Amino acid sequence: MTQETPTEAGSPSSPRRWGTILVWALVLGLLALLGFTLIRTQQGQVGIGDQVPDFTLTTFDGEQIAITDLRGQVVLINFWASWCLACEDEAAELENAYQMYKDQGVVFLGVDYSDIEREALAYLERFGITYINGPDLGTRISQAFRIRGVPETFMVGADGLLTSVRIGPYSSLFEIVDAIEGALGQ
Amino acid sequence: MSKKTLSVSALIVLLLLLFINQSAFAQDDVPTDDDVNAIAKQLYCPVCENIPLDVCPTKACSQWRETIREKLAAGWSEEQIKGYFVEQYGARVLAAPPAQGLNLLIYILPVVSFMIAAFILGRALYSWRRTEAPAESDTPIKSDDPYVARLEEELRKRDA
Repeated sequence: MTQETPTEAGSPSSPRRWGTILVWALVLGLLALLGFTLIRTQQGQVGIGDQVPDFTLTTFDGEQIAITDLRGQVVLINFWASWCLACEDEAAELENAYQMYKDQGVVFLGVDYSDIEREALAYLERFGITYINGPDLGTRISQAFRIRGVPETFMVGADGLLTSVRIGPYSSLFEIVDAIEGALGQ
Repeated sequence: MSKKTLSVSALIVLLLLLFINQSAFAQDDVPTDDDVNAIAKQLYCPVCENIPLDVCPTKACSQWRETIREKLAAGWSEEQIKGYFVEQYGARVLAAPPAQGLNLLIYILPVVSFMIAAFILGRALYSWRRTEAPAESDTPIKSDDPYVARLEEELRKRDA
């Protein structure tokens, strides 16, 4: 009777084993990347009580305004664009509110989203807007706030936390005043 | 004809030639819609997702196309214009993301996946061919194994 030699089919060779590990590592890496992307897209906007995202706005005049330098002050951050018709509904009222509160240490920042500078400057002139405004270079600021469109307005309290978020235009000066007073009262 | 008249005539002719020449240059410098759209179709504005700039009907996109026209008229190259839009609005405006950072995966993964799939398929085909080869043989199994002999005997009885 002949003695059977054990086959090596059950024990894969080393390169084959490494190949399998590599494939699984690639698949798991892809799944992790997919999961990370999904989590990011599901995050939604920054909301009330969240820390204001860190950003620096370069104004149309070339001045750099860092949000961290404004800590201790109430800040209104308004995202707008010259092509946005809804933005026009609140433009004049925002300037009125700025005139009311500029001496009380309330800072207004206009962030011009996906716009052409010439058109943006014409818009500012048309509505007589005098508060700080600048382009959202590389759409970095809007991405940090995860905005869904324009106009959107974020009120930041003196402690750097968001006190209100407005999606769409303010319908009256009263609403803007209400948001600012809420931030001042915090 | 006096010398003065000749000088004036020469001056007028010279001015006319200059004017014609400039007009011709101006004609050449005006970018056509095709020139603008050749670049616009490679861009997407962040406002209108999934609609290339060349066919996007919004006011924002119309402004962007006008900017492309102005930059082309100013002598900017395609790469310079695309670079300007990336600087202003971010890399996501590009139809084809730049091959750097995580974006590299978009370009590398399909090639790597194809190579891995081809390798696995190749190995599988090789393995199948090896296992199928003995089955194709019609020659009876010759064996001294008593178990095989008994099995064949049983089968013969069953057929009878």
